[in-house]
Order: sequence, then structure tokens, then C-alpha cells
Amino acid sequence: MITFDRVSKRYDEGHDALREINLHIGSEDFVFLTGHSGAGKSTMLRLIMLMDRPTRGQVIVNGQDLAAVRSRGIPKHRRNIGVVFQNHRLLFDRTVFDNVALPLVIAGYEHREIGRRVRAALDKVGLLDREWAMPKALSGGEQQRVGIARAVVGKPRILLADEPTGNLDPTLSAEIMNLFEQFNQVGVTVLIASHDLALISRLRHRIITLKQGYLISGGAQ
Amino acid sequence: MIGRRKTPQRKASARPSRTGLLNQLSGWLQHHRLSAADSLVRVIENPGSSLLTWLVIGIALALPVGLNVALDNVSQVSDGWESPAQISLFLQDGAATEEAQQLASELAEHKDVAGTRFISREEALNEFRELSGFADVLANLQENPLPNLILVTPLVTLDEPAVSALRAELEENSVVAEAVLDMEWLQRLNTLMELSRRIVLAVGGMLVVGVLLILGNTIRLAIENRRDEIVIVKLVGGSNGFVRRPFLYTGLWYGVGGGVLAAILVSSALWFLEDPISDLALLYESAFYLSGLGVMGALNLVILGGLLGLAGAWLAVSRHLVHIEPQ
Ligand SMILES: Nc1ncnc2c1ncn2[C@@H]1O[C@H](COP(=O)(O)OP(=O)(O)OP(=O)(O)O)[C@@H](O)[C@H]1O
Ligand SMILES: [Mg+2]
Repeated sequence: MITFDRVSKRYDEGHDALREINLHIGSEDFVFLTGHSGAGKSTMLRLIMLMDRPTRGQVIVNGQDLAAVRSRGIPKHRRNIGVVFQNHRLLFDRTVFDNVALPLVIAGYEHREIGRRVRAALDKVGLLDREWAMPKALSGGEQQRVGIARAVVGKPRILLADEPTGNLDPTLSAEIMNLFEQFNQVGVTVLIASHDLALISRLRHRIITLKQGYLISGGAQ
Repeated sequence: MIGRRKTPQRKASARPSRTGLLNQLSGWLQHHRLSAADSLVRVIENPGSSLLTWLVIGIALALPVGLNVALDNVSQVSDGWESPAQISLFLQDGAATEEAQQLASELAEHKDVAGTRFISREEALNEFRELSGFADVLANLQENPLPNLILVTPLVTLDEPAVSALRAELEENSVVAEAVLDMEWLQRLNTLMELSRRIVLAVGGMLVVGVLLILGNTIRLAIENRRDEIVIVKLVGGSNGFVRRPFLYTGLWYGVGGGVLAAILVSSALWFLEDPISDLALLYESAFYLSGLGVMGALNLVILGGLLGLAGAWLAVSRHLVHIEPQ
């Protein structure tokens, strides 16, 4: 589903964020991506969703070589990937419902269908009763769950999450990880960047470790 | 981007599956409706700044259009004057009044002449006295300085060279001291009109550019205000077209509103001028009436405003939207 072939990323300032990464993540895999701050976790996710391009090497997602995806094709590529951002990235002047509905509106779904799917997604993350709340009125954990609902509402084949449990208490973190596992069980490929080693080592999934841009373990299955 | 109405359930055709072009199309149309409504709500929710934008556009459009309507009216008046060019025959001092009257009726039979009018020197003096207000000065004159005058109206069908030829022919007559063709002022007027039209066109062109820039700037600010939103929409797969749409509609609403205001401004200016002008027309015994903008004219203004709004928004959007990329 996701393949990195000798991928390097050097930022403009000459800093190497990723160095010669080789990696394969199969379809319906559940993989954690870990490493210290600055190891290159977010950079990997950014390359997968084409927020950035590699300096060298090849990234293949869902059989598609991303080098062949021009800027016009980026929106379509992103529609196949659900992303949960570390800082939520919600629209703060829109209701919870509208936030979750955004990917469906973009994809051109019809109204009734949007309502049905958004409620199903909100139900999954336990926020059905907050449908018409504004994001500001929600706690950090609730906002994070709105972000998760938005990421999965379009039924993407790949789900990326960058520090999804960043500032949540252990119980809530475990709940959210459980949610990701449920999505994985219905066939979604899940890749989660996290440095909460205590939590992820308990979950018994494959763990890819980065260190200063090098992949030091978990590259091969 | 997405609608802010809190009722997701709207009357839309029930289509659960979304395969096929038809569904793509209906989704696209739906987003157009949503963007149009959402932009309109945003414009109306800020009545202060929206009204200001509308006024600026309205005034900028009303100015050249109003001037043009005024010019149309003036040329309508001067068209009415154009046909009867007049030749004034100033007669020799020695010519007797009877002789002059005879000449006038003879000339009236001329094949190129529509009619003549004889004005005796006494009549001319009286008229001058009344009109000029120099009655006292004139009373002191020993004798009447004005000559007898025959006003010759050529046939309407004569063109300019033919009228000039007629003037030359009439001047040959021994009784005639001088024949003057009263057409120069008309030519001057026409030249002036042409000049005014070009000035209006140039001013109009500049104002249109101004409107585009103002709209572009307004839309640029709207884009800046919603920067975070644009980034998020792009992150979850919104295309440039999707992001662009609401801003284009915003431009359209500003432009249409400006066009409506311009039509109102021009119409009220004309209404304001109507009474004094019809009074004036009455004084000149003219059947002139002020022709207004008309329904089509007003509609054209609104359409023009809308198109300018779209164009201005397009300018801003194509310059600023591409630079907003998620980091
Ligand atoms: N846009 C950028 N320009 C320049 N350097 C960058 C940029 N983004 C990241 N970097 C650098 O690349 C390296 C990897 O960054 P990255 O964000 O991938 O780390 P991370 O593993 O996600 O860290 P964290 O756990 O703190 O989020 C860091 O040293 C960072 O300073
Ligand atoms: Mg990071």
C-alpha cells in the first residue's frame, strides 16, 4: 500500500530530515512510526500526502508513483487518504457536523448521504450528541475525535495520524488507539506517528523507528 | 467552502450511490448552490463593509453611464436641429424693404429652398432690444445699424456641399451684401460631442480598471481572512476550483450589488433632472423629453457589474490562492 524506495528529504537549509529510507507497508497493515522529536516522522507523513516531495527516491502509494502526480492531481490523491493532525486543524467557525462533512462536500456527495455518513462517523467517535456544537466548546480530546471522524468519514483506504494522542490522558489515548484498530479491522491501512512508546509497545503492532532521519528498525516485515 | 446553514437536510434529489457522471454533476451543482448561498450570507452578514464596496462600484459605474445617457440626450436634441441649416442673407443698406420682401418670396420658389422668412431691420432692432436689454443704449443711436435680413431654409434633402453651393449662389445676388451659412456652430457642437464621448469612454475605462482593482483587493482580503480554512480544505483534498468557487461568488455578489446601485443612482439623477429640463424644453418650444436608462439599460448595468465582479475576483483568486499551500 505504501512503499518508500531509497527516499531522502533535505530541507532548504541543508538539513537532512530523511536519509535513504526503504520501507513497505502492506494493505490493511497497522503500523506505528516512532522516534525522537525531529527524527523525521512528520516528514514521512507529509511525503505520503504530497505536502512535500522527496529530494531523492521514490514514494509509491496505492500503486501510484507519487512523482507522477502533478499538482493538479494532488487533491484527488489526498481524497484517498484520511489524515488526523496533531493540532486538529478544525474549522473553528463551523459546527462539528460541518467539519466532519467537509471531505464529503468536497467529494460531491449528496446532502442526505452526507448527513447519514457524518452521523455514523460521529457515532463511532462518541460525539453524536455534539453534532451542532462549535469546536471551541469542545475539550482537546473531543476536538481530536472530531478530527478522527473527519479523517474516516470518506472511507479512505489509508489513515495517517500524527501524534493523535499528543496531549490526551492515558485512558483517552487508549480509547483512541482502539478506535484506529477498529478502522483497521474493516480494511483501512493505518500509519500512526507517535512517541508515546509506553502506549504503542503495549498494542503489539509493527513499529518503525526513525533516528535522525535514518530508519533503524521495523523497515522490513 | 462548505455551507454554514445548520440544516444539513435539504431538498435534494435522493441519490444514495455516487457512481457515474450524473452524480458528479449533481455534486458539483450542489457545491455551486452552497457556495453561492454561503457567499451571499457572508456579504449580507457584513452590511457595513459590503455597502461600502457596493457604493464604490455603483458610483464608479454610474459616472460614465450617467454621462453617456446625458450625451445621448444632447445628441438627440442636436439631431433635431441638424436638418434645417440656415442661410442668413444680410441685404445691402440701400435695398428697399419692398425690394427685399420681393426677393424673399422669389427665393421661396427656388428649387433648393424650403422656405424663407423676411426680417426687416426695424423688426430686427426691436427683437434685439428686447432680448439684449440694451434698450437704453439703442435708444441713443441716431439710426438703426442693422441691415434687412432674409432667413433662407434650404431643403432638408440637401447635403452639406449643396447647401454651401446654394449659399455661394445667393451671395451673387446684387441685393445681398453677405450670405452666412449657420452651420459652423453645429459642426462645432458635433465635434464637441465626439470629444466628450471619447472622454467619457476614457474615464469609463479608467473607472472599470479601478473597479477591478477594488474588487480584487476586497477579495484578496477575504482570502487572507480565510487562510486557515483554505489550508484545511486543501489538506482534505479540496481542488483549486473548489476553493476558488466561494470567492468568485463573493465577487459576483459585490459586482451585481454595485450594478444595481449604479442603476438606481443613474435613474435618480435623471429623475432629479427631469423637471428643470422639461421646463427648459418648454421655453425653447421643443418637444424634447429626457430619455432614461430603460429596463434594458438597467439590466445591462447589473450584468456589467456582475461580470466585473467575477473578473476582479478571478484576478485576486488566481494571484493569491495558489500561494496558500499547507505547510
Ligand atoms: N519545513 C521545514 N523546513 C526546514 N526544516 C524542517 C521543516 N520541517 C521539518 N524540518 C526539520 O526536519 C527534521 C524532521 O522534522 P519532523 O517534523 O519530520 O520531525 P518529527 O519526527 O515529526 O518530530 P516531532 O516528534 O517533534 O514532531 C527536524 O529536524 C526539523 O527541524
Ligand atoms: Mg512531527
